[in-house]
Amino acid sequence: MSERILVDAKNTFCPGPLMELISNMKMAEVGEELELLSTDEGSAADIPEWINKVGHEIVDSFKEDEVLHIIVKKIK
Amino acid sequence: MHILVVGGGMGGTILANNLARRLSGELEQGSAKITMLSASDKHMYQPGLLYVAVGKMSTSELYRDQKSLLESSIDFHVDPVEKFDMDNNSVTTKSGKKISYDILCIATGSRGHAEGIPGLAEHSCQFYTEADALNMYKTLQKFEGGKVVVATGVPHKCPMSPLEITFFLIDYFKKRGIWDKVDLHYTYPIGRVHSLEPVANWAAPEFDKLGVTYETLFNMKEVVPGKVLSEEDSSAEFDLLVTVPPHKGMQVIEDNDLGKGGFIPTDKKKLNMEGRENVYVLGDTTNLPISKAGSTAHFEAEALGENIAAIVQQGEPVRDYDGKVFCFIEAGDGKATYAMFNYDNPPNPQAPTSGLHWFKTAYNRMYWASARGII
Repeated sequence: MSERILVDAKNTFCPGPLMELISNMKMAEVGEELELLSTDEGSAADIPEWINKVGHEIVDSFKEDEVLHIIVKKIK
Repeated sequence: MHILVVGGGMGGTILANNLARRLSGELEQGSAKITMLSASDKHMYQPGLLYVAVGKMSTSELYRDQKSLLESSIDFHVDPVEKFDMDNNSVTTKSGKKISYDILCIATGSRGHAEGIPGLAEHSCQFYTEADALNMYKTLQKFEGGKVVVATGVPHKCPMSPLEITFFLIDYFKKRGIWDKVDLHYTYPIGRVHSLEPVANWAAPEFDKLGVTYETLFNMKEVVPGKVLSEEDSSAEFDLLVTVPPHKGMQVIEDNDLGKGGFIPTDKKKLNMEGRENVYVLGDTTNLPISKAGSTAHFEAEALGENIAAIVQQGEPVRDYDGKVFCFIEAGDGKATYAMFNYDNPPNPQAPTSGLHWFKTAYNRMYWASARGII
């Protein structure tokens, strides 16, 4: 298993956490995991919505020091 | 102290000029030297391509001689870098020259990469090169009506461009008197019609008023004749597909293994390449999660100019880049607005006005003074 890819999108507004995640997912290999860091409250809903719609996988999700960590796995 | 700037776009040009002025004494004495290596002797005003694509600007307005934009103390060469040897602080150019540096600044930019999505290059119009913008204009001129789809790849240069090209297309079709024969459908990769929530909250009702339909969470997977398919298992049929294609960094960055997708891992405040204290990155070349826009390159160049000059003169940088971005947003119908934000302060764009459209139009001509570092 390769190292988890960190996508630090804290305190960013444009293009924003979901766009950053999509961009990094496209560059990742199938099977790789990415950890998104976001301070955008909307990420808690819109990241899982997109991940589920496309058919990737949410591995874990938690909040630490006001930062949302969402770990996803590229499935296809 | 030899400062080498690789890339002669907006970021590289503003940085080199900024440094040349701050270090004029050192350059005169010979204790500092600034070299710029670029792939072209011409400098293109890239935002102008959007206007060329809809017949609002001519291609002759896009270019100036690069040397004419640079301070005379900058040693400028059209000789792009092919190899980076950062362990030995040197680069090798296309002509075979090996050039050593004390400080390296990489500003090679990004490029549209429609080829990354099967069928997209063959079946769409785009506007990220002069040839593509002209081709799009010619295609529009022959278009007599039907289904038009706007589709956006990720990542892309200038986050405002999907909305701007859509509003410009509406203006164009209205001007030609064929708007009533056009069904315009806008798609966007995330769950609203623009990255910036306030901009999306303004644009969606505008689309409703104009009769533009839209679909969000739409990421292009493949394009076949007359149809674009999404990763989300949706599709949109078209007679004309206009795309903001996915972008990549330049090939030389990938060839030298400096960053995935051609984007170099960069410290968001210091702007140095991760793991390299004497290598700085700016503009589209960084992997920073902020807008790939001319203003980003501009503000990064100003921060770096101040810091690198301070390093030369007193051994330490003096400030952080604060993530500042300022983007005009052309809203069609002769109006525009803007979004300004940084790492700490979200944008709060106001309703579009004709005054801001004219300011943007004026900026299109003032850009050359901006590149010279005058404004």
